[in-house]
Amino acid sequence: MKTGFYPGCSMKGSAREYSESLLAVAAALGRELPEIPDWNCCGATAAHNLNQDLSLALPARILAAAEKDGMDEVLVPCAACYSRLSVTRYELLQDEDLRQKISGLIETNYRGSAKVLNIIEWLTSIPDLETKIKAPFARRVACYYGCLLVRPAGILKFDRPEEPQSMDQLLKKIGATPLDWAFKTECCGAGFSVSRTDLVAKLSGLILDDAVARGAEAVIVACPMCHLNLDLRRPQIEKRAGKKINIPVIYITQALGLALGIAPKKLGLQRHTVAVKFSQSTEGAANVAQSSGSKTLPGEK
Amino acid sequence: MARIGVFICHCGENISATVDVQKVAAAAARIPGVAHSVDYKYMCSDPGQQMIKNAIKEKNLTGVVVAACSPRMHEPTFRRACAEAGLNPFLCEMANIREHCSWVHEKSDATTNKAIDLVRMMIEKVKKSKALLPIKVPVTKTALVLGGGIAGIQASLDIANTGHQVILVEKEPSIGGHMSQLSETFPTLDCSQCILTPRMVEVAQHPNITLYSYAELESLEGFIGNFKARIRKKARSLDEKLCTGCGLCIQKCPAKKIPSEFDANMGIRTAIYVPFPQAIPNKPVIDRGHCTYYLKGKCRLCEKICPTQAIRFDQEDEIIAVDVGAVVLATGFDIKHGDFFPEYGYGKYKDIIDGLQFERLASASGPTLGEIRRPSDGKIPETVVFVACAGSRDPAKGIEYCSKICCMYTAKHAMLYKHKVHEGKPYVFYMDIRAGGKMYEEFVRRAMEEDGVQYIRGRVSRIYERNGKLIVKGADTLLGARPMEIQADMVVLATAGVANAGAEELAQKVHISYDAYYFYSEAHPKLRPVETNTAGIFLAGACQAPKDIPESVAQASAAASKVAALFSQAELIREPLIAVVDRSAPPLYSTCVGCFLCQSSCPYQAIEKEEIRGRDGQLIKTVAKVNPGLCQGCGTCVALCRSKSIDIQGFSHEQVYSEVLALLNRRESDV
Amino acid sequence: MSEFQPKIVAFVCNWCTYAGADLTGTSRMKYSPQVSIIRFPCTGRIDFMLLLKAFANGADGIIVSGCHPNDCHYTSGNFHARRRWILFRGLLDFMGIDTRRIEFSWISAAEGAKWAQLVNTTAENIRKLGPFANYEKLRHQGVS
Repeated sequence: MKTGFYPGCSMKGSAREYSESLLAVAAALGRELPEIPDWNCCGATAAHNLNQDLSLALPARILAAAEKDGMDEVLVPCAACYSRLSVTRYELLQDEDLRQKISGLIETNYRGSAKVLNIIEWLTSIPDLETKIKAPFARRVACYYGCLLVRPAGILKFDRPEEPQSMDQLLKKIGATPLDWAFKTECCGAGFSVSRTDLVAKLSGLILDDAVARGAEAVIVACPMCHLNLDLRRPQIEKRAGKKINIPVIYITQALGLALGIAPKKLGLQRHTVAVKFSQSTEGAANVAQSSGSKTLPGEK
Repeated sequence: MARIGVFICHCGENISATVDVQKVAAAAARIPGVAHSVDYKYMCSDPGQQMIKNAIKEKNLTGVVVAACSPRMHEPTFRRACAEAGLNPFLCEMANIREHCSWVHEKSDATTNKAIDLVRMMIEKVKKSKALLPIKVPVTKTALVLGGGIAGIQASLDIANTGHQVILVEKEPSIGGHMSQLSETFPTLDCSQCILTPRMVEVAQHPNITLYSYAELESLEGFIGNFKARIRKKARSLDEKLCTGCGLCIQKCPAKKIPSEFDANMGIRTAIYVPFPQAIPNKPVIDRGHCTYYLKGKCRLCEKICPTQAIRFDQEDEIIAVDVGAVVLATGFDIKHGDFFPEYGYGKYKDIIDGLQFERLASASGPTLGEIRRPSDGKIPETVVFVACAGSRDPAKGIEYCSKICCMYTAKHAMLYKHKVHEGKPYVFYMDIRAGGKMYEEFVRRAMEEDGVQYIRGRVSRIYERNGKLIVKGADTLLGARPMEIQADMVVLATAGVANAGAEELAQKVHISYDAYYFYSEAHPKLRPVETNTAGIFLAGACQAPKDIPESVAQASAAASKVAALFSQAELIREPLIAVVDRSAPPLYSTCVGCFLCQSSCPYQAIEKEEIRGRDGQLIKTVAKVNPGLCQGCGTCVALCRSKSIDIQGFSHEQVYSEVLALLNRRESDV
Repeated sequence: MSEFQPKIVAFVCNWCTYAGADLTGTSRMKYSPQVSIIRFPCTGRIDFMLLLKAFANGADGIIVSGCHPNDCHYTSGNFHARRRWILFRGLLDFMGIDTRRIEFSWISAAEGAKWAQLVNTTAENIRKLGPFANYEKLRHQGVS
């Protein structure tokens, strides 16, 4: 089983630490992740807003290159790239005429054999992950899935779209306490990060607000866009909220890397806008109201 | 020499719009053996049927083929017409050129040619058809009603009042069903138990009704007029003849904290219990799964204090065999439970409840004596959000249909809440308001205009808890999809109406069809809503589809009238489309070799052994024989028989082979 | 040149698939006219020699369809049909008949859409497989 790796544009740029931590983790687990040769941009939101053929041709070229290289599956850590590649594979396998047309455009017969995996699927498939943990990541965490990992549900068929649990299960495996919270799949503002930063400040602010209120020590993400809005835009969020919000946002691979005993610097933690610091106390979930009843949350009156 | 009459129906335009009916009639005329071939606008009409009768007499027809709709629609109509004209009805067949041809294909030569193929096929079949005489069987004039909710109660009373016996089987310890759990009913706000209990008492006291409560159907065999049912009477651990219903055992039972099913898990009961005070029969049952004696071997307090020594710990289930002539299924429905709405926190937060649970809160005999109180802390909620369509009309949640009653009971709930909590703030999130019954629309208006229930048109996207409040996030689509966030103290979900657990199993036991949602299938959605495709088995109430009380009652009475019609005949005429083992002259007597593979495969035990003896009484051979009263005509034995000694009337070897050959061998004269 | 139009015979049971096909008609769903239905009381009645008869007389494809297992109107007819089918498939294969030419399915009286889908898919498959010319050989071998 040959697993290829599609970094996508942000992994080489604004989400470098996601890539760094992923490769460090892969190395520590003895997994090879060869990049797809001559890969191109997946088209992201731009392509499917402008031209349908282009939005399918770009991912198809990537996957065709992976097939040609003998890859059975491709890991796509960026959730947006994952969405584009998955939807393209689905559409072209459904519609034979479309598949032939796009194959003509990319001048390669795209067969659709390579499966597309997101980071959680790939990490979940690693056997005996618990045995490799050196320093359990004993923190209370809020797992943030964002919008693209679990939707559209009919195409991705991954986890439960309204109340996903896969990332939570993974965090549990590495020793963390994933919290039950209400904003797992709520919108962060997404592509409005540049054009309407005020909306991002509001929406991402609501997400962080709930995580903090539940007693989370960190928000775990698996998407460069999520990270960007929750971390890089922190000054705007704080300005709108009128207070400091210190909760760090870390990639799932960084959390796993820490648990595997890899040095923080190798995981790129210093690249974040919000300093990744944890308080010493590890009071665990006992103090945090999880579900039913009218108990107050810590810090609330 | 065959003289077949062929009648091609236009069915108005239903057939003639896509099939060239004149061409079909002309092609049929050219087939050898066809003496008469015409087309007509409406074969099933009186003039149409008269045409057939005239042709039979004038042309001395030996068989008739009517090319029209599905035989499932009009085969009886045309067979009756033939019989009236003196032609044996089983020499009449229908070619389905409507449902299977004109309605499903575009107008083209291929469509007309297919119609000709189908007609040719039936002509060749009829050439091999034989005149058959119907079989008469007696009818057992006792009805079996399964389910003791309002539908089962109504059906039982109606049938019993015609003078026939009814056996009513209810799986819970008491009859009454969901209606007994309701506090008030729409649109009159009648107290539900007040209008129900008199009926329940009538059932208990009716001389023609035998009630088996805490019982279920174990098996059903036989056929219309002649069913054999076995009923499993589950052990109450009680001698019902001695029990006086004094209730002392219930007062003293130490196992007190068991969630009450009748209270939809909002209240508790004891291990020995009666589900509610007005239960019929008013005799307790011991829940062996929670009773200290059955679990640990201790206690037996009830046994000690019972003044009539009615407790029987070693009682076992009893199987009761009954003969019945008809079965009415009135097994009702349930509302959907479970973790299918994680985004609403249903099951996670105690103060998010479903419709039945709200009924129990509102009910004067419920766990809170009719006060609306939060399950978590018992406080009276100041703000209550009611979510309509929680799961219904939602393909993503797997339920595409509308559950019909929720708009009405949500309005009712909101009104009841407001009547009880004057300063309370009820909100309803809805998609549409479906209030089509008599006085229904006015009822909902009353909720909105008089009782001040705030209706918001939009779906709820998420419910979560913060600072002791339930945050309900939705949208107000009438105000341009403005996001709404309500801080509620309690949320009531109108969850979808679904089939009961065990519905599939029961349907398979009685051999009726059901749909993808396990609701039972009616014989025809428009014109035969209370019959099933299995003769003698009828439907009443919500087991067929979600419906309200007036509809359930109406359907129950309808089913009862069907049963009464069945019982009004002295004997039942059965169609002779059954299997027959061949017989011939000595010395062969029959090609049957007596292997009895047929006997072991017959689901109705309809095949017996017959000894053929010579004149001196010597046994010559033992062959198979079909009991004409039991055979249902499936034909499994016919396909299995190694020597082809058994054949089935109406679908005989010759007939079926002719159909295959005719279908595939298009004649030059056909096009 | 006219496109090859396959001839497909469907052997169906009265209670489920025949009724399901009626529902397809009542719902006015459209499907390929290549398939014609022969009605049986139950799939248990279907003598599989009939299928060979169909092939020997020019059928390019066959559909056999009845009630879902456990739902047979006569309780067990479809179980017998299923067992027969498993053996028969091996026999067809041995005889050199492409088993893709026969579709065996369960369609209930409520599944009108599924019937239309099955017919269209089967017609398309048989069209791709081409005419069943082998029947001439079978005819000479005395099956007719």
